[in-house]
Amino acid sequence: MLKRLFAAKGMGAPCRPPSFESRESAMPTSGTFKTWYLVHKWTSLVCTVFLLLLCLTGLPLIFGEEIDHLLGDRVDPPDMPGFASSRTPMASLDGMVEAAKARRPDEFIRSVSQPRDMPDAWNVSMGLIPVAMESSARLTFDARTGELLLDRNLQQGVMYVITRLHVDLFTGPAGTLRGLAGMLFLGSMGLSFVVSIVSGAVVYGPYMRKLPFGTVRRERAPRLKWLDLHNLLGIVVVGWALVVGVTGVINTLARPMFSYWQSTELAAMTAPWRGKPAPTTFASLDRAVQAARAAEPTLKVATVVFPGQKNAGNHHFMVFMRGNTPLTLRLIKPVLIDAQTGEFTDKRDMPWYVTALRVSQPLHFGDYGGMPLQILWAVLDLITIVLLGSGLYLWWQKRQTSMELLWAEADPNHNVVLSATQRMAPR
Amino acid sequence: MNRLLSTRQIWDTPVVLTLVSAGGLLSALLGDGIWDVFSWAALSAPVIVIGWYVARPAV
Repeated sequence: MLKRLFAAKGMGAPCRPPSFESRESAMPTSGTFKTWYLVHKWTSLVCTVFLLLLCLTGLPLIFGEEIDHLLGDRVDPPDMPGFASSRTPMASLDGMVEAAKARRPDEFIRSVSQPRDMPDAWNVSMGLIPVAMESSARLTFDARTGELLLDRNLQQGVMYVITRLHVDLFTGPAGTLRGLAGMLFLGSMGLSFVVSIVSGAVVYGPYMRKLPFGTVRRERAPRLKWLDLHNLLGIVVVGWALVVGVTGVINTLARPMFSYWQSTELAAMTAPWRGKPAPTTFASLDRAVQAARAAEPTLKVATVVFPGQKNAGNHHFMVFMRGNTPLTLRLIKPVLIDAQTGEFTDKRDMPWYVTALRVSQPLHFGDYGGMPLQILWAVLDLITIVLLGSGLYLWWQKRQTSMELLWAEADPNHNVVLSATQRMAPR
Repeated sequence: MNRLLSTRQIWDTPVVLTLVSAGGLLSALLGDGIWDVFSWAALSAPVIVIGWYVARPAV
């Protein structure tokens, strides 16, 4: 109340424009401020529409696994009390592959993988052509009994549409140049978002020189209220938004990075066999997996890429192995197994750029700390949507805002004339 | 009221909140169990702060 009185008293002659005094007292190094303000305005304008789309599509993707469960697109192996998965012999992988081939005789096995969060299941991924860029179907088997749990067509359904909108705007199929162009386009929007976050934080400082943290002038004009809310939401979520933004941009580079890895180190692993006739008989997959486990006893099998598929070359199974801790779970180590004999051939460590990519992925998805973290991710996502919306509103409201007016708004006494008359009105 | 706030007055809360958020983002990455719980608590901080300032009555 005292504050209000003081503000009302200090307003001076009502006809004097409020911008006058604030220009002298509050506008620091206005040239620099103006530059950063314009950077914030334009980088935001460039990316806002796409960022709104990314935030909206990202929201269901945070709960992708749960939604898949609800839709029946994901089935957990049943509980088997007394079944110690580390001791009991597992069902045959060869049997699962045969069952998958029998169910889909016209399709081709791409890989066999163990889901991170389902140690009692194996997924067999199929492609429509011999060397497909994307899986057409995924069959989930119980790792203990070998029983088929789910045979699911991929590349369809509402979650697929949402994913594609989020990843490449449906510009083209994965692995094509157009698909890549879509990803890189969204990556550039993400980059613009990152610059907008940084410049937004820079202009926050000078802007808040007269307003204590968290000030929301809700009794004033809607524009001032939303300006304050925009400042508050922005500066509070800046850390999270920056991390999700930067890791999102890194993710758009995933395919080029993998391609590069594949064409350099992975290709070097299979190079001695290139040009030789492909084998006609293949070793047992179970044996190949055993050989990989023997080569890396502390790691677990993540994915086995089949001979003939990308990454593996014609003569080998390429087994990607992962660690057990939350961090090493994301790191994959390629182990090469001879497809004919099932013997260990070669292994490498991941290059630094693939490591960086894999470690950054959970920081974008928010899938690494259980349901509470997912919920927080969703709340922060919603806050970002309000942040984007309020920014858009502020721009739309006063597209011709002069710097003087902008500074006047940063002054707590701004609009005192208006609020004084409001105060005089009977309550 | 027209007194300018110091750089510290402007930035102390945002900087602390950003550091806490960063700690929360990292901790769940480094471990499970208690690390996850710390992460939930830390990332709740920005949400609670926003909730507090948005919901509190006009000053």
